[in-house]
Amino acid sequence: MLYQKLIKGLHWSIGCLLLVLATITQAGEAEFLAHEQALIKAKFEQKEHIMMAWYKADTQQAVQLMELMLASELYYQKKEKRLYRVTDARKGAVAARLSDGESVTIAKKRNFKRVSINNHLRALFRQYIARAGLTAVEPQQRIAAAEAIMGNTDPDLIATVTDLLAQETDAEVQAAFDLVLAVATLQSKDKDQQEAAIKTLGESLQPAALNALKQFLQTYSESDLAPLASQAVDRINGKIDFYNGVETLYFGLSLGSVLVLAGIGLAITFGVMGVINMAHGELIMIGAYTTYVIQQLMPNHIGWSLLVAVPAAFVVSGLVGILLERGVIRFLYGRPLETLLATFGISLILQQAVRSIFSPLNRSVETPAWMAGLIDINPLLSLTQSRMYIIAFCLLVFLLLLAIMKRTRLGLQVRAVSQNRNMARAMGVRSEWVDALTFGLGSGVAGIAGVALSQLTNVGPNMGQAYIIDSFMVVVFGGVGNLWGTLVAGLSLGVANKLLEPWAGAVLAKILVLIFIILFIQKRPRGLFPQRGRAAED
Amino acid sequence: MFNNRFLQCATLVAAVSASNLVLAADTIKVGVLHSLSGTMAISETTLKDTMLMLIEEQNKKGGLLGKQLEPVVVDPASNWPLFAEKARELIEKDEVAAIFGCWTSVSRKSILPVVEELDSVVFYPVQYEGEESSKNVFYTGAAPNQQAIPAVDYLMDELGVERWVLAGTDYVYPRTTNKILEAYLQDSGVAAEDIMINYTPFGHSDWQSIVSDIKKFGAEGKKTAVVSTINGDANVPFYKELGAQGISSADIPVVAFSVGEEELSGMDTGPLVGHLAAWNYFMSVDSEANDEFIDNWHAFIQDEDRVTNDPMEAHYIGFNMWVKAVEKAGTTAAPAVQDAIIGVSVPNLTGGLSSMMPNHHISKPVLIGEIQDDGQFEVVSSTDGLVVGDAWSDFLPGSKDLIADWRAPLSCGNYNVETGKCSGQNF
Repeated sequence: MLYQKLIKGLHWSIGCLLLVLATITQAGEAEFLAHEQALIKAKFEQKEHIMMAWYKADTQQAVQLMELMLASELYYQKKEKRLYRVTDARKGAVAARLSDGESVTIAKKRNFKRVSINNHLRALFRQYIARAGLTAVEPQQRIAAAEAIMGNTDPDLIATVTDLLAQETDAEVQAAFDLVLAVATLQSKDKDQQEAAIKTLGESLQPAALNALKQFLQTYSESDLAPLASQAVDRINGKIDFYNGVETLYFGLSLGSVLVLAGIGLAITFGVMGVINMAHGELIMIGAYTTYVIQQLMPNHIGWSLLVAVPAAFVVSGLVGILLERGVIRFLYGRPLETLLATFGISLILQQAVRSIFSPLNRSVETPAWMAGLIDINPLLSLTQSRMYIIAFCLLVFLLLLAIMKRTRLGLQVRAVSQNRNMARAMGVRSEWVDALTFGLGSGVAGIAGVALSQLTNVGPNMGQAYIIDSFMVVVFGGVGNLWGTLVAGLSLGVANKLLEPWAGAVLAKILVLIFIILFIQKRPRGLFPQRGRAAED
Repeated sequence: MFNNRFLQCATLVAAVSASNLVLAADTIKVGVLHSLSGTMAISETTLKDTMLMLIEEQNKKGGLLGKQLEPVVVDPASNWPLFAEKARELIEKDEVAAIFGCWTSVSRKSILPVVEELDSVVFYPVQYEGEESSKNVFYTGAAPNQQAIPAVDYLMDELGVERWVLAGTDYVYPRTTNKILEAYLQDSGVAAEDIMINYTPFGHSDWQSIVSDIKKFGAEGKKTAVVSTINGDANVPFYKELGAQGISSADIPVVAFSVGEEELSGMDTGPLVGHLAAWNYFMSVDSEANDEFIDNWHAFIQDEDRVTNDPMEAHYIGFNMWVKAVEKAGTTAAPAVQDAIIGVSVPNLTGGLSSMMPNHHISKPVLIGEIQDDGQFEVVSSTDGLVVGDAWSDFLPGSKDLIADWRAPLSCGNYNVETGKCSGQNF
């Protein structure tokens, strides 16, 4: 995450690369050529030496090449053995020669081969990019660079940082540099320096600071400063515990919102209409596959595809739902056992249909760039952005559905039919039509859940099965026929699951939650928020 | 007109059934026992197609012992007891000469009593946890010492990893493999507090807390790596969560034993670049045999985008070994083939020769690859020579003294070198 921040800031420099390289001097050109040839021929273990030599000779150039390699954009032409920048390795795309900036069209993909790197080189390059980033223009970049080198310094680098600190004007950057120096001086022999360093580190939330303090306690356990250091460690640990709690709560809410999304369609079909729909999971799956198809149709607008997919999935899953209701379920009203078996059969048919149409392999649904990323609150707590969107999306869907049920004519008729079918019909409500639309609505919402789930998990024929149990669990726990119940039940089950997970493990946590629900249903068979009134009595 | 058509049809049908009869009389039947529906269809369907391709190619070359090969495909539908029933059906009713099949260990365990009772020949193409050697089963996938241990060695020696997260799905393969790895790591001097073991249910989709724990575990200053035995479907959300929480392969690399080209084709590979996998074959391996195999596969499946993977290579090796053993024995009778196949060597797809060992495992090279953004692997390390599959791990207390040798006079799958006894149990 540090690196992403760094690279975001440095990205402009890649753009300038061709400009820079095009203006290299005659002498520089010979040097560039030598490095270039060595790099192309090198094996993994030699590449480290070559890039280090290059870094010494021309830091800026080397850093830019490292960035290209990290972004997998550095290629070489196999025949002429020259380096190219290739952003898109396809036939017909453009490759730019690094030495003179000349653009070449790729005639054959196989002619170009990527300059490959491994994890060792990746880590090394990031260190060196960070070192170069210490003098970057943007303060944010300098901070990121300081955090990246923390605990990973040598005397030369410390001297550089000390010099830079003297010239630094930005307070935040100064603090970051201070921290780098403190981590290093903690191991020095001078007591006063050590004491100052402990005080600086004790205020920081950086993992490197805590590690440095712990190491200090191990090596200097006899020192007079040990109590001070252990105090600092305790203080940091206390903060860590607090932020862990916040994080667990966030994880719980986001798991809960997934449960609510998966279950809320069922809250309509099962909760309001009383249909035990075992094919509910497959309606979610259809929504996810709709997302996949939409992305295939608009490969150049991945960012927009999700926004298109939401209404599309609603319509597709909704239509499938209406078809189900008209074709099968309406003949089985009042016979729950037959409905259960019939819809279970339908779920198997839908799964195999997807297997035949799309192949049994999972499909890959891309995550748009605007959903990726982290929100850094502090070094100990960073929240994933995609989950944030899912929580917001879940609440939005919930509120919309609530509005439809409470404020629209359709909602009124749905409630009327579910409370007293005969009376509603006597009042002129076309109950069959309402049944079909209600089922369609519930199914459409399941489809929307599929769009959200496609961002988190597999899109494959089996994905529906993973959610059917959870969905029923949420609806039954919340109280059949109550949307608020579904929301509260989903979120609280999510949080409970995440609270249990750290000490019980993922497997046991799930079992414990299930046992709790069984016991709860024994005590309160109608769930958290039971429906009251005459309709609920029969 | 109608009559004419009808007659044509009738003769055609008659001709087809007659030729079927002729074929049935002198073909050698080969059983293909892979799930084509249910959860495992995702992985096993490809292996069924691979077998059909290999059989078709062999028939083009003139068949075997002068006869054509005839595939008998059945669908055990990812249902473990059904595997045993279908295996019985293949052997008793269809009288197949050999069975190529199974993916999960539990399906293999399910057919074991049947194939041992009816004394047949089974080729099992998937990496597994070891601790088994049956007279009737030939294990062409990797044993733990052909995948897990070399991968851990690579992380330890090349990347300097000191802290280990062993993450797996909660079933027999990850549990046994992790037990072996834990023992191996502790033998290599890794402290107990530097090993974190975590199990998750099948199809686990919410990885937030676990990934966050891994992140914290890795933030304590020592280089950390994850050794993943997470099964198929749960991998996508796992890698997505790693990406979402900003853990890159350079921070905490993940080495996986169940993620291959086929699995990657269903994933958004962006967050996976640089993570590792250990296999005995990668599609990207540069060898003539591999190029030919890929070309044949694309021609057979009529789709240039389909990938090849390690279990497919295992079937390729296993099938060719069986063909060679049958030719050597001059018959397809199971006991003769079981004897003849030990010591048979056939080319593998990475440019070497693999041999069938007396313990019914084969010798293979071990490759470590880094995932690239095109869903392929770049080989970053490979063992110097071939590694011989070890049926009984040397790192588990119960199995260290056991060896398997199916040659006479020992003929035992679990001979205890300490007590000098064969426990008699066949698996």
